[in-house]
Amino acid sequence: MNDVIGLAPWLVGFPLIGAAILLLGGKATDRWGHWLGVLASAASAVVGFILMSRMIGQVPEERAIDHHLWTWLSAGGLDVDLGLRLDPLSMTFVMLVTFVGTLIHVYSVAYMDHDPHRRRFFGYLNLFVAAMLTLVLADSYLLLFVGWEGVGLASYLLIGFWDTGRPSARENAVAAKKAFVMNRIGDMGLIAAMALMFSAVGSVSFADVLPAAAGDGAEGISPAIATAIGLCLLLAACGKSAQFPLQAWLGDAMAGPTPVSALIHAATMVTAGVYLMVRSGPILEAAPTAQLVVVIVGAVTLLFGAVVGTAKDDIKKALAASTMSQIGYMMLAAGLGPAGYAFAIFHLLTHGFFKAGLFLGAGSVMHAMGDQTDMRRFGGLSRFLPITWITMGLGWLAILGIPPFSGFWSKDGIIEAAFMPVEGQPWRAWVFGSVAVLGAAITAFYMTRLFFMTFGGRRPRWTENQHPHEGSPLMWWPLVFLGVGSAALGAVLGIGGTFTTWLEPVVGHAEHHEPVLPVPVIITTTLVVVVLGALIAFRMYAVQLVPEEAPRGSVLTRAARRDLYQDAANETLVMKPAFGVARLVQVGDRDVVDRGWSVLPQAVSWFGAVFRRAQSGYVRSYAAGMAGGVLVIAVVAWLVVGLGGAQ
Amino acid sequence: MTEFVAPEIDWLALAPLIVVLGAGVVGVLVEAFVPAKARRVTQIVLTLAALAGGFGFIAVLWPQIVAQPVQVVGGSVTLTPFALGAQGIIAVLAFLGVLVVADRTSTGQDSFAPTASAVPGTSYEDLARRSGLEQTEIYPLLLFAAGGMMLFASTDDLIVMFIALEVLSLPLYVLCATARRRRLLSQEAAAKYFLLGAFASALFIFGVALIYGFAGTVRLIGTPDKPGVIGVIQSGTAPLAGMSVLLVAGVLLVTVGLLFKVGAVPFHAWTPDVYTGAPTPITGFMAACTKVAAVAALVEVLYRISIGVQAVDPEIMRQLQIVIVVVAVLTMAVGTVIGSVQTDVKRLLAYSSIAHAGFLLVGVAGFNPQVQSSTLFYLLAYGIATIGAFGVVTLVRERRITPGSGEDNGPVGDDGVVLGEATEIAQWAGLGRKAPWLTGAFALFLLSMAGIPLTAGFIAKFGAFSGAVSGGLWWLAVLGVLASVVAVAFYLRLLVVMVFQRAQDEPETSQVEPVETGGSTTGGGSTSEGATATLTKTQVTTAQRVVVTVVRSRGPAAVAIAVCAIATVILGVFPSPVLDLVEQASKFVP
Repeated sequence: MNDVIGLAPWLVGFPLIGAAILLLGGKATDRWGHWLGVLASAASAVVGFILMSRMIGQVPEERAIDHHLWTWLSAGGLDVDLGLRLDPLSMTFVMLVTFVGTLIHVYSVAYMDHDPHRRRFFGYLNLFVAAMLTLVLADSYLLLFVGWEGVGLASYLLIGFWDTGRPSARENAVAAKKAFVMNRIGDMGLIAAMALMFSAVGSVSFADVLPAAAGDGAEGISPAIATAIGLCLLLAACGKSAQFPLQAWLGDAMAGPTPVSALIHAATMVTAGVYLMVRSGPILEAAPTAQLVVVIVGAVTLLFGAVVGTAKDDIKKALAASTMSQIGYMMLAAGLGPAGYAFAIFHLLTHGFFKAGLFLGAGSVMHAMGDQTDMRRFGGLSRFLPITWITMGLGWLAILGIPPFSGFWSKDGIIEAAFMPVEGQPWRAWVFGSVAVLGAAITAFYMTRLFFMTFGGRRPRWTENQHPHEGSPLMWWPLVFLGVGSAALGAVLGIGGTFTTWLEPVVGHAEHHEPVLPVPVIITTTLVVVVLGALIAFRMYAVQLVPEEAPRGSVLTRAARRDLYQDAANETLVMKPAFGVARLVQVGDRDVVDRGWSVLPQAVSWFGAVFRRAQSGYVRSYAAGMAGGVLVIAVVAWLVVGLGGAQ
Repeated sequence: MTEFVAPEIDWLALAPLIVVLGAGVVGVLVEAFVPAKARRVTQIVLTLAALAGGFGFIAVLWPQIVAQPVQVVGGSVTLTPFALGAQGIIAVLAFLGVLVVADRTSTGQDSFAPTASAVPGTSYEDLARRSGLEQTEIYPLLLFAAGGMMLFASTDDLIVMFIALEVLSLPLYVLCATARRRRLLSQEAAAKYFLLGAFASALFIFGVALIYGFAGTVRLIGTPDKPGVIGVIQSGTAPLAGMSVLLVAGVLLVTVGLLFKVGAVPFHAWTPDVYTGAPTPITGFMAACTKVAAVAALVEVLYRISIGVQAVDPEIMRQLQIVIVVVAVLTMAVGTVIGSVQTDVKRLLAYSSIAHAGFLLVGVAGFNPQVQSSTLFYLLAYGIATIGAFGVVTLVRERRITPGSGEDNGPVGDDGVVLGEATEIAQWAGLGRKAPWLTGAFALFLLSMAGIPLTAGFIAKFGAFSGAVSGGLWWLAVLGVLASVVAVAFYLRLLVVMVFQRAQDEPETSQVEPVETGGSTTGGGSTSEGATATLTKTQVTTAQRVVVTVVRSRGPAAVAIAVCAIATVILGVFPSPVLDLVEQASKFVP
């Protein structure tokens, strides 16, 4: 493997160079820029594939490699080497990001065809891929943070991509800003976590921190510190992965172009929080309290997203709520310890495929329907968009967790892990297991609702002059690839535990416990409630007629439509008090600080104006000044000695 | 009578000096024997080759000198790593400076008067201009000045130092008087520089006399068999050992002479006037190289003296230190405060140069020999930014447009279409659009001078202030930082004008209001305060308008500016190799 390790930096290098060329090259690259973007991403995928195939050829113990590049910074007691960590976990991400990323690049070539700023769009996409790969390949928290901020930047730029020239421009800009600000809150957590690591271990590299947390090193991390670090990391993960209570930005982020929603806000970036949790596994294991909080956050978000998803009429927002909920599953699994890590990542992988497919499908529908996103104005599209229909159908079956589709293998693993008993806390298995099953039922309901409101029904509810048709092959080929992935990936990797074994060198071996219920019972119960949820939705949205105007609905429906009042809560609890403080600071700054400081330049100008008169232009006065200067200096020197002597 | 013994001479150690000064002599012969047409090219090639050769010898000598400093010619030239480092920096900066000097720009004329000796405004001057005369003597003069500076920085003998001082000063006085435009201002500047320089030289040599009176020697270290001032103090064998006031007064006067060259307050008054009046490429050369030589010499004198008196009489040390501290504070204050109200780019850079002298002195005032390597780095960083900045100034010109004469098609020649440099800050408005690359480079130089991180200036200032802190003068470092803040304000003001303000002559082609300017190419007005004593403004009487234009470089100046800009960034981002080099140079005594 060492002979190809030199290729590793190119994983990041290709898309980074692509981004640089596209963003700095200006209009000159307009004509071919989008293909360069595709090429950069594809090149990265090829490199990833080569490295992956070599890694599979290694014995499991030798699969993790730290590839040191150079010493990045050395400040005081902190030495950070810039290096990449290649192991099964990071390579899983590399494959997901580059493969799905390349498909979405291809899709975007057609989707963004008429956009005047297509080149810039691809520049940002490449930037995102480079940053995301930096994030997952980093061998220290600091470099991870660079990627973390990079994906945040790319996300911000892409959510607000249509910030001019559209009726919704203002909202897009606001959505971008909202995502940015809420992510910053999470980033504070990551920074605080790094500070704690540095004070406890004196390093922020994985190689030093994680063994120390596991208690291997000479100086371990005390449980209290580990809890603090774990909670800070969780805060970071919540911001990036839209977990409760920092979930509010994800729905608005759908204002960005749909390929962006598919790549960044479904398949890859939003799952970075899960990656962070799994990567930091040893820290969480040393802090049971933090672990419990992770599980609770996951469970709450899981239900939160699912409930919101049932009431959304906007297809993208319904999918966004679903994403939130599915990441809740992953979070929950990540909080369960080694038993859950592998399934968290497995679900992340399958979710990356089927959710990207669902989003691209939604994009295809919107493309066909003139950018309409209201599902109440869809219906009966299966005849007109057969490819989209079938591929989205595969994604739908996958997310429901119907065997043998992908989602079944990963989600079922999580549900089983949730039912694992925890020593001393028997309530946990029951509570979290039930939540996971309940979530599966609600998921079945809202996804079936989404699917049949869009494709089902005999009576289309379209606005005038709609002639839906499939987009270009550039758009539906990626759909096909992702559809196949949604169908088969889970079975390929799940049967026989291939994927869990693959990750074992990183996440550790999970000792097998029996769940509190027998496994067949869990599987059957889950399937029964899933089918039940799907049937109810089928009855309501396929058999019965869907009104074009949303009915008023129950209290719960209205609450879910408004995202369970998340924005109202944020505004009352955070924004308004913060504005109050800001106003106070502003007044203080303007009237006290500014006014005080403005005296300084005035004084400088005044002195300057006075002293420049000494610059008369006459040699005689200059010479006199020099002579005077000599005298003054002599006197000063003499005085100093005189006074010094008197002491 | 002692028998005459021919001194053993280490020719290699003298090679840098010999090459540069020897080339100067050859340059004089070139003036006499090479035909007029080929003279300019010959001189430029000779000058650049000499400086490059000098630098080559310095590079060759470096490892040897770092291992073992030498005294040559019986102790007249003392090559310590510090001195050699200063020589190297002078050679590099002089090379870059000469590139700017050599550029004739797209106007086809350099910055120098066809015949500097012609009385401004006479028909003889017109005649010389029309016949296309050129004053190529400037190149040998530059070499003599550079050679003098190199010697100045590398001698232990105060008399040799005095000679070097004159060798470097006299060519500079002459060069200051050779400006092609605003010739009265130029000659006035030269006269001022000469008179005040003579005054400073007198103080210097008086100081040397007092030191000789005290110690009976004019060498500081001396040779093993003939101890210098240090040895005399330490052994207590000075002829007038009890009268240390003689020593103090002598050292103070020598210091004053050096501070004059450094441009420190209160011996700075010549700086703004001379910098404004001298031809701009010369200003750049002078501002960069002279400062290196003077600061290097100052550091050597002060630190050698301090080695001598530290153990014997710490009071003298304190006196010296307090003098430097007071001067540093005054220099920073005057440089930044008066600099902030300037309206002329050259004057602004002059005050900036004064402020930098103050920052340098902050580093020197720590009296910690270990950190003086940072002084060398500071000089290098400051020098490249200065040469680059003045190089940019040479390219920003006024252009007179006479209505109805086919404005932009008019010949760009000596007939007055392109005038002198546009040095009013207000005229630089909108430069960012006219010449983005040039403005970018200039911005870089300003940021470096302001000490913004990722530029050479930041590393340099950090080093200088660390020097003060390590000497226990943390409050002086704080003052230095405060002064830097004020200085940042005026650098940024210039940046704002260049980048964010609309040019007076926009939209594109026509300009809105006429700008006052000199009526002829020879005399000239200036609104700067230094000129008002002897010059009056002439007004443009016709409907001619003056716009600001950026002339193209013919190559050398562009190369110099580019090299300076790149070096500024590299020294800011990857300073370690150069820092390691200068690290080896903090040694003052063989």
